[in-house]
Amino acid sequence: MRIVKVLCVFAVLLALGTVAIAEGGQVLLNAAGATFPYPMYSKWFDVYRQSHPNVQINYQSIGSGGGIRQLIDKTVDFGASDGPMTDDQLKQASVPILHFPTVLGADVPSYNLKGVTAELNFTPEALAGIFLGKITKWNDPALVSANPGVNLPKDDIVVVHRSDGSGTTYIFTDYLSKISPEWNTKVGKATSVNWPVGLGGKGNEGVAGLVEQTPGAMGYIELIYAVQNHIAYGKVKNQAGVFVKADLASVSAAAAAVAKTMPADFRVSITDPAGNKAAYPIASFTWLLIPSKFTDATKRETVKDFLKWMMTDGQSYCEALSYAKLPKDVVTKEMKAIASIQ
Amino acid sequence: MATTPNAATPEDFAGSSRTSLRHTFGADEVAHLITMIAAATLLLITVLLVYQLWVLSAESRAKFGWSFFVTQTWDPVSGDFGALPFVYGTLVTSAIALVIAVPLGVGGAIFLAELAPPKISSYLTFVSDLLAAVPSVIYGLLGVFLLVPIMRTTVQPALKATLGFLPLFQGPSYGIGFLTAGIVLAIMIVPFVLSVSREVLMAVPRDQREAALGLGATKWESTWKVVVPAARIGIFGSVFLAMARALGETMAVTMVIGNNPKIAASLFSPGYSIASVLANEFSEATGNLYLSALIELGLVLFLLTFILNGLARLLIVLTTSRGSGVLPS
Amino acid sequence: MSARLIWRKSLNVFMLSMTGLCALITVSALFFILGYLVYNGGKDLSWNFFTKLPAPVGETGGGMANAIIGSLKLLGLAALMGVPIGLLGGVYLAEFGGKTIPFIVRYTADLLNGVPSIVIGIFAYALVVMPMHHFSTLAGGFALGIMVIPTVIRNTESFLRDVPRTMREGAFALGANKWRMIATVVLPAASRGILTGVLLALARVAGETAPLLFTAFGNRFWSPGLNQPTSSLPVVIYTYATGPYEDWHQQAWAAGLVLLGLVLLTNILVRVFLTGGSAYERT
Repeated sequence: MRIVKVLCVFAVLLALGTVAIAEGGQVLLNAAGATFPYPMYSKWFDVYRQSHPNVQINYQSIGSGGGIRQLIDKTVDFGASDGPMTDDQLKQASVPILHFPTVLGADVPSYNLKGVTAELNFTPEALAGIFLGKITKWNDPALVSANPGVNLPKDDIVVVHRSDGSGTTYIFTDYLSKISPEWNTKVGKATSVNWPVGLGGKGNEGVAGLVEQTPGAMGYIELIYAVQNHIAYGKVKNQAGVFVKADLASVSAAAAAVAKTMPADFRVSITDPAGNKAAYPIASFTWLLIPSKFTDATKRETVKDFLKWMMTDGQSYCEALSYAKLPKDVVTKEMKAIASIQ
Repeated sequence: MATTPNAATPEDFAGSSRTSLRHTFGADEVAHLITMIAAATLLLITVLLVYQLWVLSAESRAKFGWSFFVTQTWDPVSGDFGALPFVYGTLVTSAIALVIAVPLGVGGAIFLAELAPPKISSYLTFVSDLLAAVPSVIYGLLGVFLLVPIMRTTVQPALKATLGFLPLFQGPSYGIGFLTAGIVLAIMIVPFVLSVSREVLMAVPRDQREAALGLGATKWESTWKVVVPAARIGIFGSVFLAMARALGETMAVTMVIGNNPKIAASLFSPGYSIASVLANEFSEATGNLYLSALIELGLVLFLLTFILNGLARLLIVLTTSRGSGVLPS
Repeated sequence: MSARLIWRKSLNVFMLSMTGLCALITVSALFFILGYLVYNGGKDLSWNFFTKLPAPVGETGGGMANAIIGSLKLLGLAALMGVPIGLLGGVYLAEFGGKTIPFIVRYTADLLNGVPSIVIGIFAYALVVMPMHHFSTLAGGFALGIMVIPTVIRNTESFLRDVPRTMREGAFALGANKWRMIATVVLPAASRGILTGVLLALARVAGETAPLLFTAFGNRFWSPGLNQPTSSLPVVIYTYATGPYEDWHQQAWAAGLVLLGLVLLTNILVRVFLTGGSAYERT
């Protein structure tokens, strides 16, 4: 009968698809989390697979919030986040979670102003004002005074933020909370906040997409997304009073102070660092969230091997993607911490 | 069915042996059982679905109660959740979609049922059904790359210039927002309105039309004053059906609505719908209260579509003879 | 001719043309959509697109091979899950049931059919992903299978009922018992219509994105077996369309064209060849 025949066809198709890509001998790891380091991780997992053909690490960029949640639910083998897990979240996980910094990146204030070719300067007050919804036009005095000689249009500022739970948001709101008491009380810092204004994009990809397509838009995205998509981004005034643009040097400078005093669990914030003239104020480590206990020995060994590779060979791929390498002291500490994965 | 006690059964001819168990579980009974189990599986799945929605949203229901529906904040940090922005967004986009789709659909249905030659009517209805088969994400794709720029650069400024005195059409024009989402939804639900309305119009008996024409009415008068009112219950049914569809649409809306859980008077502003917030935030809701608040939203959506679909089918069945055959798959 | 008559006649012509316009707008939307996709997606359909895996983020040259295979596997699973249950359930409704149970089953089928696909995705997550502790093709196939069942049940019942009494009675007269009659006489007679329903249901779920977001999840590589997350065409279109990379956008158009092409092709072939267009005849 026809139905039976059709069903047989489907069963055959299914069998083919299933068998043709048989599991045998492969180590398959699933991970999910931050979009901030996604270009880096997708490159790393691709390169690692080429040198270790039987290892396939499938990373899905769903946002740091998603990474944390899926890790707690144990639907992925490890997670990734640029906002460190809070104590509450750590309690929800059934095994202790270890944070392993991977690279250093930066949140940049990107914007879409086709008529303006100069690089814009943003003061902390201006950034807070824009995202609080108080500064609504590009030619607001706060922006004009920081950018003498630049012809800013009187268009509306279209604020773009994240619609999903995001470590990039955490980094940005962490910074805003430090430099703006009003932001601290009104909104706070977290992976997902109650934004006063703006459009929501999903992932760094979504925000970059919206900024790219919407004239007058302004959003915070990781440096590489602005670079890869040729989106203009501005300088930010750091605590020492210098307008700094995000790049490898300024991001590394931001981490320099903390490299020696890194806490044992590696959860640290490097936004708005004091004293360093060259430091970029909205930089951050990003972490892989690794469970400290694995039931599957093969998976555990693969993860440990990957972490070692990541901290040595892997670091050579960072700078091409505009992520700064980990400071040497941090790497030494991390290598020791790998031993605590059981 | 009844098998006569002494009838010859195929087994008698086949020559296979029969055990007494076979009398209790004859082949027909087995078939009955198997098919009944299949049907019961459907019931089981649905009951499980409702149960899961109910149970997993318990924490949120207990904490917020009815105030969930009137709270405007959606704050994962402080754990304060309210459904109002999402219900608002869902209803507003659906309303916009209906305002556009119902005249288009009913108008088109009138043309296809009353005026067009039979072959053209069949062909065009076929094309309309194909439109209904286009996946949501394709509409989203076109929405993002085609509609949003047009809305931002042409349509919204034009509306602002002409109707800007209304609070509906004020504010900055992003291209993304309630209006764009409503328009995309409209295109998606027109085929449902058109197809069902056409069927109910065709079901109105010929003599109604002829009586009107016999009294000297023009074709339009006969249609509008006699045929359409006779079919109006079914047309309302099609509207409810289309609305139920619009409420549940996820992908196309998520891609163009702006993902901002705020209530605003202007149609140009970004918003959020229930389905969109579920798609965006479900996989990352940390904390049980957050997750259960999202599932409560899912429960609300389920109930809304349940009621609307039920009403729709009731109305459509009332007007056509072959009720269930009318609905597009 | 009185003024009133002129008014009525002009109104007549005007309104009737307006309705024609409505029909035209609706119908041309489809051609517009198709044309736009062909224009934008056609230029990117390359050998790479069909055979390569996705490239690292930001690099060009990747493809959608794993998404295409993933979608096929998901469809296969949905069919295996949904069609037998739907078919047998339809047989129950048409041939065996009494009054109340079939009424409840029918009502439930319509209810399940109207449930938004995102809610079904949540259900599949709670039922399959969480206990299994990972995302999988199985969970995705389960979610899609649930969506297939109601359509197939109602459709099967409808076409079975259409088979004339005389055929059934003929079978009984020849000594068949009930299940034999159903299996050898009624089902084959209705098979064309049933197949139509099955294929249309599958074409519909092939384009569903929302239920796959938290079940099949996604995969940058091949997904072996049924136990791993898998990439799928609709989810990749969504991800790439909302991203910033121009390369992604182009791939999204191409993928959209492939998906739409397959869905429309199935719909056209099924509706035209299997039913002979009879569903659309105007009485």
